[in-house]
Amino acid sequence: MIRAIVIGASYGGMEAIQAILANLPENFKIPIFIVLHIGSNRIDAYLSTLNKKTFFTVKEAEEKEEFVAGTVYFAPPNYHLQVENYNSLSLSTDEKVNFSRPSIDVLFETASWVFQKELLGILLTGSNSDGALGMKSIHKFGGISIVEDPETAVAKAMPLSCIQLSKPDYILPLQQIAGKITELAIK
Amino acid sequence: MLSENNDLPVNDLVYGADNGDLFDLEIELLLDAVNRAYGYDFRNYSKAHLKRRIMHRLKMSSLATVTDLQKKLLWEKNFYRTFLQDLSINVTEMFRDPSFYKVLREKVIPVLSTYAHIKVWLAGCSTGEEVYSLAILLKEEGLLPRTRIYATDFNKNVLETAKQGIYKKQDMELYESNYNKSGGESNLSDYYTAKYGSVMFDKSLAKNVVFADHNLVTDGVFAEVNMVFCRNVLIYFDKILQNKVLNLFSDSLTNNGFLCLGTKESIRFTQLENSFSVIDKKNKIYKKGAVK
Ligand SMILES: C[S@@+](CC[C@H](N)C(=O)[O-])C[C@H]1O[C@@H](n2cnc3c(N)ncnc32)[C@H](O)[C@@H]1O
Repeated sequence: MIRAIVIGASYGGMEAIQAILANLPENFKIPIFIVLHIGSNRIDAYLSTLNKKTFFTVKEAEEKEEFVAGTVYFAPPNYHLQVENYNSLSLSTDEKVNFSRPSIDVLFETASWVFQKELLGILLTGSNSDGALGMKSIHKFGGISIVEDPETAVAKAMPLSCIQLSKPDYILPLQQIAGKITELAIK
Repeated sequence: MLSENNDLPVNDLVYGADNGDLFDLEIELLLDAVNRAYGYDFRNYSKAHLKRRIMHRLKMSSLATVTDLQKKLLWEKNFYRTFLQDLSINVTEMFRDPSFYKVLREKVIPVLSTYAHIKVWLAGCSTGEEVYSLAILLKEEGLLPRTRIYATDFNKNVLETAKQGIYKKQDMELYESNYNKSGGESNLSDYYTAKYGSVMFDKSLAKNVVFADHNLVTDGVFAEVNMVFCRNVLIYFDKILQNKVLNLFSDSLTNNGFLCLGTKESIRFTQLENSFSVIDKKNKIYKKGAVK
């Protein structure tokens, strides 16, 4: 059973994330945590678009916030987003990881430690290698991993370095990812 | 024995699906051991933070398990200092979050100006960039001569740097830009002298600053003050410890005293929500005394 979903994306990620969230069904019962490398001047507008175009409540995660289903939590620009325990999230101003803060690896690793095999991790387009180690950790702790097919990714580097480092369970074109998430979620 | 295998590949740790809960148990035992052996209590720090820092240490020291780390910590006293350094994140900046300093000038300084003597407790001061920022701001507002700043941290290494007030020249570009955005009207470079790759801030800025070792978890009220600055420290604590430390601040503040937290920290959802009023919601500035 899947209890949480983590998504990571960088260059080209705004469109990719929107494409996925907009195609998840109403009453989707699993909380979603996202790290997207995006500037602080663009995030507000982006989140309000997502609020309009999806069934979810979409917001920036707050420090020690207790998460609920039906809500999508984004890492605030300049803070790492971490899964603190089974109920709550936390933020951190640690050093950058992979030249990034927020870093996908930080979210994925901390999520894998808490949710272990009840976690679904999804890595999308990006032009760096953030997220590869995080996906490996998800895999090691028994979670399920989906990586976007580099062929459909706006930037291939991120999915490629993930595929090289670990064995994702699924490598899928962007259009098929929402369907796969829905299928895995009802199992 | 695994801990003696120095060839253990970095990043290839033993933790995974078969022993994920063991990882949690070992961490609990480790924190207990550290508390009992060294008197530093990290048991109510953020779990995600602790796990990340401990994982980092395992990789750096080529240790396989948290139990190996515990053994090394107990048997090698010097190694403990390294571990303490791992757990205390010292990332800081001058005029970090410029809008905060701007609002401080606009909303708090006018009140402080009416006092004959001002006392400030800056808890978790790290390497001191925040101390010099505040001192510069107070100087420009004409309040520095009658202000005493208690700058505390539980990490002695960073306190040493803070006392010296020497920083990397390469960081000054960012700090200068922060300073300008924060409402500073001179040049930051007026306050330091540059030499080789370093800059040294004027000693006069720190004349009324007392740097001291203080642990927010285990030590009590430090002094009665008109303002507590504690930015980006509570973020590393769990809810229980956040409540405890906020109570400590409340006890340290005079009536109507100001509490300044980091941008992502808040008294919302804590026990103290109703004993402070909000001065600036976005910049996390509060005043002791309930909303009327
Ligand atoms: C991220 S820094 C924040 C520095 C500065 N206040 C700022 O906002 O830029 C956190 C600081 O809190 C200190 N700290 C952590 N736990 C502490 C404790 N229990 N008592 C006192 N200081 C602590 C660390 O040593 C570190 O210097």
